[in-house]
Amino acid sequence: MRLFGHRPTVLAWIGILIVSAFIAVAILAPWIAPYSESESVSETWADMSTQYPLGTDNIGRDILSRLIFGARMTIGIALATTLLSFTIGTTLGFAAAAFGRAVDQILSRIVDVVLSVPVLVWALILLQGANGSIVALVLTLAGLDSTRVFRLARAVATNLVAMDFVEVARLRGEGLGWIMFREILPNALPPMITEFGLRFCFNFLFLASLSFLGFGIQPPFADWGSMVRESGGGINQGVVAALWPALAIALMTIGVNLIVDWVLSINARPSGASAEL
Amino acid sequence: MFRLIATRVILGLITLLAVCILLFLLIANLGYDAASAVLGQGATPDALVVYRHELGLDRPTYVRLWEWLSNLAHGSLGTSLTNQRDVLTTLTPRLSRSLFLAGFAAFIAVPLAVGLGILAAINEGKWPDRLANIVSLATISLPEFFVGYVLILLLALNLSAYVVQYQWVIDAFGENFKLFTSDAIYSSDMPLLDKLHNVALPAFALTMLVTAHILRTTRSALLSVMSQPYIEMAFLKGLSRARVILVHALPNAAAPIISVIALNLAYLIVGVVVIETVFNYHGVGEFMVDGVGKADAPVVLGCALVFATAFISLNTLADVLAILVNPRLRHPR
Repeated sequence: MRLFGHRPTVLAWIGILIVSAFIAVAILAPWIAPYSESESVSETWADMSTQYPLGTDNIGRDILSRLIFGARMTIGIALATTLLSFTIGTTLGFAAAAFGRAVDQILSRIVDVVLSVPVLVWALILLQGANGSIVALVLTLAGLDSTRVFRLARAVATNLVAMDFVEVARLRGEGLGWIMFREILPNALPPMITEFGLRFCFNFLFLASLSFLGFGIQPPFADWGSMVRESGGGINQGVVAALWPALAIALMTIGVNLIVDWVLSINARPSGASAEL
Repeated sequence: MFRLIATRVILGLITLLAVCILLFLLIANLGYDAASAVLGQGATPDALVVYRHELGLDRPTYVRLWEWLSNLAHGSLGTSLTNQRDVLTTLTPRLSRSLFLAGFAAFIAVPLAVGLGILAAINEGKWPDRLANIVSLATISLPEFFVGYVLILLLALNLSAYVVQYQWVIDAFGENFKLFTSDAIYSSDMPLLDKLHNVALPAFALTMLVTAHILRTTRSALLSVMSQPYIEMAFLKGLSRARVILVHALPNAAAPIISVIALNLAYLIVGVVVIETVFNYHGVGEFMVDGVGKADAPVVLGCALVFATAFISLNTLADVLAILVNPRLRHPR
């Protein structure tokens, strides 16, 4: 079977399988979850059983059901963040390349300052007053992440702006909007698509870390990062409840990374191995 | 070359100052301060006004900024708003803990990762390379707390949890014997061996995560040099692949490798935030998370300053080293 004219490797198939399974779970959550996401159904930290396939968490909620509902929250928010971050980052990056020096200098210096401090520090400070608002969370993370998208989009677009077909469009009298989205965007797509996968992985892990530290998605919503936080105390007694959501996060990221790795290998140039005759 | 390096260092210092001011303004204007954090949601507006006045938070932002900056110039980070302790004296022992952890991890990770990366590049396309690719891809996908928890479950539970049926093993080591400890205890007066043993698990967790990143970049930096004509020439002379990589390709790939090592060391200092929480390690990361929870501005600023300084100086160091190892950059046009 071929996808977009290329035959996926075994590893790529594993990635596609993992990611589509998680997305299906996220969409079908209310129909396949055995219990609700916020209801305590048993005593604390019940063992795995046929009734509770993965056991229960620190206040007796069914872990499997929370994992299933958490898929919606965690994957959905990471996806929304990445989409928003790409919209902001690409538009500004193309603008910096197309509008000329002044805009480029201003935007680039702002991005330099933002990137000179660890993104976790910004996020912790900005989310301080967010009070668990999901909109504030998505806006903050997308804003911070768009700086990295900006750098790539600007670099790609700077090369494209110098091409003849852009010059022709300018001479034809097209506006900047046309040049950015009809001339530059289609040609910049291949590197941007792989970057999308990588940024999604980063945002997904980062969101999980923030929730784990207590600054991401707040209860009563089920979310994989905060599930780890809630049940983490049991680890020292050998209770594995916190491991399931952590495993789900790891699997999802591995899945996306396997797909990205495959897409990258399609575009990769042959290396020095070919010189070895 | 000296001027180029001096420019980078001065640029780093200016960035640091700009970042300090920006962070201060952000924290001061978020609309959430220590008064609202301490008094909670049920606080009356009157109580908030009184408490803000007591903490000095009702003064204009520029006055407080000036106070904080002049304190900083005198080597003080101010006092905590919630427990009135001096921030610097609380921060110093925590910083030494975090640095010990990060240093321990880096000491193992850097040589290991560069070595494995070179090995993967030498065997490009063969099984060691593929194995390194899959394992490192899986590792960079793991969240820090997953690695931490798995290590605790495997190596830090009481012995009796594993070998219930072998009574003689329990008799020999005692009921509560642990291979490693999950509560990473560290104090400066411990013997070095005890420190290393106590911090081993968090250090292993960090090592794994950082090794994967450095390995992948080392490999791809080497392979991108491999497509150049002078490498083909070396192969045509009949040199072995290992010799071509180590002697011909490595010096030219050094710049990206060094910069990714510096970046990952910076990551180590930040990555400790999550790992410190997993292992109850009282370092700077835990201090910052606590401070953010209480909206304790001087504490948050102090920790942010430590992270920003580490991040900016490692990035500047990467730039400077890249200039030093690259002959083309030694003589600017």
